[in-house]
Amino acid sequence: MPALNIKKGSTKHSAYNLRPSFSEHLETHTLAVLVDNEAGVLARVIGLFSGRGYNIESLTVAEIDHEGHTSRITIVTTGTPQVIEQIKAQLGRMVPVHEVHDLTVEGRSVERELALLRVEGTGDKRVEALRLADIFRAQAVDSTLDSFVFQITGTPEKVDAFADLMRPLGLVEIARTGVAALSRGS
Amino acid sequence: MTKAMTGAKMVVQALKDQGVEVVFGYPGGAVLPIYDEIFQQSDIRHVLVRHEQGAVHAAEGYARSTGKPGVVLVTSGPGATNAVTGITDALMDSIPMVVLTGQVPTFMIGSDGFQEADTVGITRPCTKHNWLVKDTGSLSATIHEAFHVATAGRPGPVLVDIPKDVQFASAKYQPQAEAKTARYQPKVQGDTEMITRLVEAIETAERPVFYTGGGVINSGPVASQLLRELVDATGIPITSTLMGLGAYPASGRNWLGMLGMHGLYEANLAMHGCDLMINVGARFDDRITGRIDAFSPRSAKAHIDIDPSSINKVVHTDMPIIGDVGNVLGEMLELWKARGRKVNREGLQRWWAEIEDWKKTECLSFKPSEKVIRPQHAMARLEALTKGRDRYICTEVGQHQMWAAQYLGFEDPNRWMTSGGLGTMGYGFPASIGVQVAHPDALVINVAGEASWLMNMQEMGTAIQYRLPVKQFILNNERLGMVRQWQELLHGERYSHSWSEALPDFVKLAEAFGAKGIKVDDPADLDDAIAEMIAHDGPVILDCLVEKHENCFPMIPSGEPHNKMLLGEASTQDAIKEGGAVLV
Ligand SMILES: Cc1ncc(C[n+]2csc(CCOP(=O)(O)OP(=O)(O)O)c2C)c(N)n1
Ligand SMILES: [Mg+2]
Repeated sequence: MPALNIKKGSTKHSAYNLRPSFSEHLETHTLAVLVDNEAGVLARVIGLFSGRGYNIESLTVAEIDHEGHTSRITIVTTGTPQVIEQIKAQLGRMVPVHEVHDLTVEGRSVERELALLRVEGTGDKRVEALRLADIFRAQAVDSTLDSFVFQITGTPEKVDAFADLMRPLGLVEIARTGVAALSRGS
Repeated sequence: MTKAMTGAKMVVQALKDQGVEVVFGYPGGAVLPIYDEIFQQSDIRHVLVRHEQGAVHAAEGYARSTGKPGVVLVTSGPGATNAVTGITDALMDSIPMVVLTGQVPTFMIGSDGFQEADTVGITRPCTKHNWLVKDTGSLSATIHEAFHVATAGRPGPVLVDIPKDVQFASAKYQPQAEAKTARYQPKVQGDTEMITRLVEAIETAERPVFYTGGGVINSGPVASQLLRELVDATGIPITSTLMGLGAYPASGRNWLGMLGMHGLYEANLAMHGCDLMINVGARFDDRITGRIDAFSPRSAKAHIDIDPSSINKVVHTDMPIIGDVGNVLGEMLELWKARGRKVNREGLQRWWAEIEDWKKTECLSFKPSEKVIRPQHAMARLEALTKGRDRYICTEVGQHQMWAAQYLGFEDPNRWMTSGGLGTMGYGFPASIGVQVAHPDALVINVAGEASWLMNMQEMGTAIQYRLPVKQFILNNERLGMVRQWQELLHGERYSHSWSEALPDFVKLAEAFGAKGIKVDDPADLDDAIAEMIAHDGPVILDCLVEKHENCFPMIPSGEPHNKMLLGEASTQDAIKEGGAVLV
């Protein structure tokens, strides 16, 4: 599968947009950005989005190569096709950015998010929460007589659905990691 | 070469290794070790400005007139923040520049120490890249990488922030060859397939036009040479943005003049009516396109640019070519020749006939007055009296800037320094100082508005100290002329704060600094005044009092397409629609 691998300044793919005219229609894309893990690199990427008015729906970042000091930033963003192309080109020309992958167009990918949810309640509600957690394969990682902390992994949609079900059952707090994504093997 | 030395010494050594001849700067506590090293050597010249903004604009003038990166050295805190406007200006106009700032010692960072500012935070969005160097061991390599980033690909300003303890500590010096440059290697060679498509389009187009910009100048003299060859061989008309003036000579036979908001009638109509637009190193700026949805509606568009993010940013491109303008033009020219030098002769002939018709409008014509100097006349006389000389022109920002662009002719690249993207009043005077430093024997003129000029007038001290014979040609309308023009056209002639009631006596001002001042208000004396300005061996202020309510035409009102141009006073009635008024 040809990776949309925007090497710095490359002609192919990056800013090429041969659409007949700019479309108004919004698309959601997941971008994986490989960067040097140096001071300020996250501020640079976030500053690009805020400064140019692009959306960030979710952003995760962590060092993935401790010797080479590279980090992977996963960004879920929404925009018109032209804006998405701009975002990729703008990211691609930054000095500490090595690669920009658009996982949404590069082929099939896996997207996962982890969430922790504290649900407080007693009686029927407590039983129902536990039953639903089981269906969603969420684990109870902490429990007291009147609360659970559930851990769930899955697509953002699955996490949303689980959280929606927990709300009437006593959901009091939720922490989400944001999306980590990887393209599938071919 | 890998011996240990202090960080401060490293800075000077790295600058020498990079071939730097001059640094524009201003000292302060956080850069004292570096200034101490500068004191103890004589290879690098330091020009002491009077305000850090002046240092940056001077470095811009130096860079634009030489093609080499400009270098700035300022202190922490206020030194760095004063430089921000200039750095932003350099980013918008793609000027290669390395700014070195002092910083409080590493152990004080974050403590709100005296003259501490988050310089890399403040300048992150206005530099191509910046670095805070936290240990002396990586200082020299960082400076070398900084020069690489500033000059490679689309040029721009970079900043290296150096804490004071890093300047004092010692480490091994890493020479230029060992610096890491691999991670930033923009693509410079265009895509041959797309270049072939463009050459095919050139062969058949009936109404082609070259639309060139600052990228041609930035690419270097070879790009301008290739452009001239291609334009002259194909016979295709050419227009240019404000930034690109001089890449193709104003006396060239295919020259249409500048395009855009205050561009020439024939240039804008050619852009509107063309069937093939060849954008070479320009970026579809809003001053050029006017209303996007009505911009050149019937043309196929090719766009040659070294920056992938310029492509399809505002205007959809049919033939995007990412690469260095010089390389791409070279490949185009060779291919076009190899394929038999074909053009659509009949189409071109009809196209030129149409253009010749537009030219008859003589959109820049004006009637000189006998009573008062009209600014257009002043520019026309300046052109006549300085043409053919070894001449460099800078400008400030406003009406005078547009008149200079319209009435002066530029025969070569790197001869025209103006703040295009940011439109920074106060740019021209310090820029002229930087140009004169680079070209001590040339005639360097700053065409200024009185209001802009006052914004960096302190640099008169610099001009005097370094005996830089810069000529300050002030078109004094006693107004913020461009603001006044917009208020006239858009805001019912309510001239809210667009003039100064306390202008200085510019002749006395010049004299106070030890320069020469000349004042002229009679059209009959204008030529003599200009001649006197040129002849004087030293800095001069020529205070040229001009018509106060002159408007700058042609003008494409905000929010209108190219074919809705205003040509003169008669056409201004209700010209700007409500929607246009919100645009700048
Ligand atoms: C630093 C800065 N502040 C404000 C402006 C807005 N502005 C653009 S032109 C202009 C008036 C310039 O007056 P002057 O220098 O006398 O030139 P003129 O238009 O009269 O020729 C102003 C205030 C600007 N471009 N730059
Ligand atoms: Mg004025």
